[in-house]
Amino acid sequence: MNNLWGDSLSGFWSAWIIVITLGSIGIAFWLLYANRKTDKTPDAEGNVDTTGHAADGIEEYDNPLPRWWFQLYVGTVVFALGYLVLYPGLGNFAGLLGWSQESQWEQEVARAEERFTPIFAQYEEVPIPELAQDGEAMQVAERIFLNNCAVCHGSGAQGGYGFPNLTDDEWLYGGEPENILATLNNGRNGLMPSWQQLGQENIENVTQHVLSLSDQEHDAQRAESGAATFASVCAACHMPDGTGNQALGAPNLTNDSWLYQQPGQSVADAVRQTLRNGRNGHMPAQAAYIGEERVHLVAAYVYSLRDQD
Amino acid sequence: MRHEIVEKNVGLLTVLILVVISFGGLAEVVPLFFQKQTTEPVEGLEPLTALELEGRDIYRREGCVGCHSQMVRPFRAETERYGPYTVAGETVYDHNFLWGSKRTGPDLARVGGRYSDDWHRAHLYNPRDVVPESVMPAYPWLFNNTLDGEATPKKMRALRALGVPYTDEQIESATAEVRGEQEITALIAFLQQLGTVLKDQ
Repeated sequence: MNNLWGDSLSGFWSAWIIVITLGSIGIAFWLLYANRKTDKTPDAEGNVDTTGHAADGIEEYDNPLPRWWFQLYVGTVVFALGYLVLYPGLGNFAGLLGWSQESQWEQEVARAEERFTPIFAQYEEVPIPELAQDGEAMQVAERIFLNNCAVCHGSGAQGGYGFPNLTDDEWLYGGEPENILATLNNGRNGLMPSWQQLGQENIENVTQHVLSLSDQEHDAQRAESGAATFASVCAACHMPDGTGNQALGAPNLTNDSWLYQQPGQSVADAVRQTLRNGRNGHMPAQAAYIGEERVHLVAAYVYSLRDQD
Repeated sequence: MRHEIVEKNVGLLTVLILVVISFGGLAEVVPLFFQKQTTEPVEGLEPLTALELEGRDIYRREGCVGCHSQMVRPFRAETERYGPYTVAGETVYDHNFLWGSKRTGPDLARVGGRYSDDWHRAHLYNPRDVVPESVMPAYPWLFNNTLDGEATPKKMRALRALGVPYTDEQIESATAEVRGEQEITALIAFLQQLGTVLKDQ
């Protein structure tokens, strides 16, 4: 954060601000002071001056400003001058307190760091599986999870359409501490290309083959015909037996866990849609947002959620 | 009673009122027109691309600014949640500003890159699909409407007149870049660049 608050004012603009600010305070005060008293002595006929305003025969006396009001006004002038002496307001004059928005923020952050850094540093020393058992640490971690991760993965980490469930034992990129850390720190980009070019017929065959891998209801004949295409096209990432590859984030197709199955959609339709249009899963890297210390803590939290189902 | 001179001459009264109320602006606003920190872009700031620009106009049209500010203030509570505080140089190409002043939803000044495109699509189609407690309206029509890009070059020329450094090539290719794109694509393109210039500060 260097110098983003920028340059100081030039001498001219500094003087401009000082003159206008003090000048307007001075003029306002003079105006008030000049009007603080009015002539209320009766003339020879015993009449007192009025303001000349008359409505329905009622005239308005030319009374001075109420004293309490006058004194409050003087108070605001004193406050303004005091403020301008203590805080930045007059051009380049920084004020006797040396306060600035930037330094206030820096102090706030420094105070927080002093308090929280040792706690996070202590947690960072603990290996993730062990930290996942620490109830207090997990309470802290849950807050961080709710603030940063729940938006996509849900407050219960159960995921949703296109956003992985973190509470089951299925992992696109692996569920060991080092995998979770890598996912959180660097993010992930899962890319399933569109296979539109295979043609309608082939896509249907491959769909039936994929369904057969997890023993879903399928057309056996089509599944048979799709096997060759699966072997030549899909197996590169999903492996010949369809068990997937965590190094690539290619999902296991042999279980009944479907990341891209919309509520109410059949598995067959979800697979067809994936084959036709492809998928692009993106997990943003979190280290830049919350820092590696907190990533460590969240990784332990995610680890603690494993196999809840 | 010299009050009367002012009170009974509306023209004079108007002039004097203008003089009085201009003091604040003269001291607080005018010097900013001549400050580098408010008139020069931060390093790396680029004008919005044609698609992002159309996205910005959808953002304006749908009134996003009514509930989302684009201004991270210099308080720890905000910088912890949203990222580095906003500085003036980041918004010198914004005409008009979308700083906002109301946060029914979160600040968006640094939302760029924070969530995936897919998340934004799901969220804008129906916020409750991804955030069950959300009170944000759904914007399903953004998925049906497509852009023709007819007005995009005009918008860019208008912005250039206000000091945004668009090149002739950018303006010429704008329509082709935008034509046929869904509104949702443009809006997400706009959101995904918000605040990314100072990301690593």
